[in-house]
Amino acid sequence: MKIADIVRITDGKLICGDDVGEKEISHAFSSDLLSDVLTINRVGILLITGVANLQTIRTAEMAEVACILISRNKKASKEMIELAKDNGLIIIESPGSMFGNSGKLYQHGLQPLY
Amino acid sequence: MKEMTYEFPIEGGDFIKAGHASSNVKKILNQLSLDPAIIRRIAVAMYEAEVNVVAHAYRGTMKVFISPAAIRVRVEDEGPGIPDIEKAMQEGYSTASDKVREMGFGAGMGLSNIKKNTDKLEIQSKINQGTVIEMITRIKSKGA
Ligand SMILES: Nc1ncnc2c1ncn2[C@@H]1O[C@H](COP(=O)(O)OP(=O)(O)OP(=O)(O)O)[C@@H](O)[C@H]1O
Ligand SMILES: [Mg+2]
Repeated sequence: MKIADIVRITDGKLICGDDVGEKEISHAFSSDLLSDVLTINRVGILLITGVANLQTIRTAEMAEVACILISRNKKASKEMIELAKDNGLIIIESPGSMFGNSGKLYQHGLQPLY
Repeated sequence: MKEMTYEFPIEGGDFIKAGHASSNVKKILNQLSLDPAIIRRIAVAMYEAEVNVVAHAYRGTMKVFISPAAIRVRVEDEGPGIPDIEKAMQEGYSTASDKVREMGFGAGMGLSNIKKNTDKLEIQSKINQGTVIEMITRIKSKGA
């Protein structure tokens, strides 16, 4: 699924990532537990989460997550965006809940990890 | 290649800086011609250990020793120590505070994840003094 489609389907807003609309992501994982995210053994996934702090970005950096979808209107801080840019990470903000966003994206063909 | 050594400080309770040491080391490893999958495993393991110092201890250091055969990461802290290491290693066991849980940690998965991502893990701890975690990952260089 293209990043542009993820943004559209979740009514989201692309917060950081240049020229990434055409970039493809095949798998997603929803979690609020960062240690859980760190157990994933696939790189380049979409992380759907309600935890929006600097450690979300650090976790994505270490686990090599490609894109973070922040749900429920939580906002990425300036510091988070800076750190994400430094590490080539994409951030999308969405008003939808984790459940709602996960359901919609699943329906449109994004694959679960487990 | 000689052994290269790096050292980074870790500040207890500081969830702004947490991950700084691991990020620096990951960037150093990225410059060596190592298997990216191995770099990711080491990065995840050292970040879990770094966050444990931030979440559970007062202050610490991360030392990294890079040799042609292995990467050794030693994380030492001053802190409360771990009373029962076997129990702490169990998935789901956590004494994390509410503040730590709000940051997204405290699932009780860090130590077992470190074990899964390294070839050798040793933990030593003294109550009311601190904890030393040493992990070794063997490497096969891609090129040379
Ligand atoms: N450096 C440390 N100093 C003191 N206690 C520690 C330290 N590291 C781990 N512990 C103890 O071991 C427990 C388990 O650690 P572990 O990393 O597996 O889980 P966690 O840190 O609680 O949660 P998670 O890592 O999943 O976010 C901790 O809750 C804490 O009680
Ligand atoms: Mg931990």
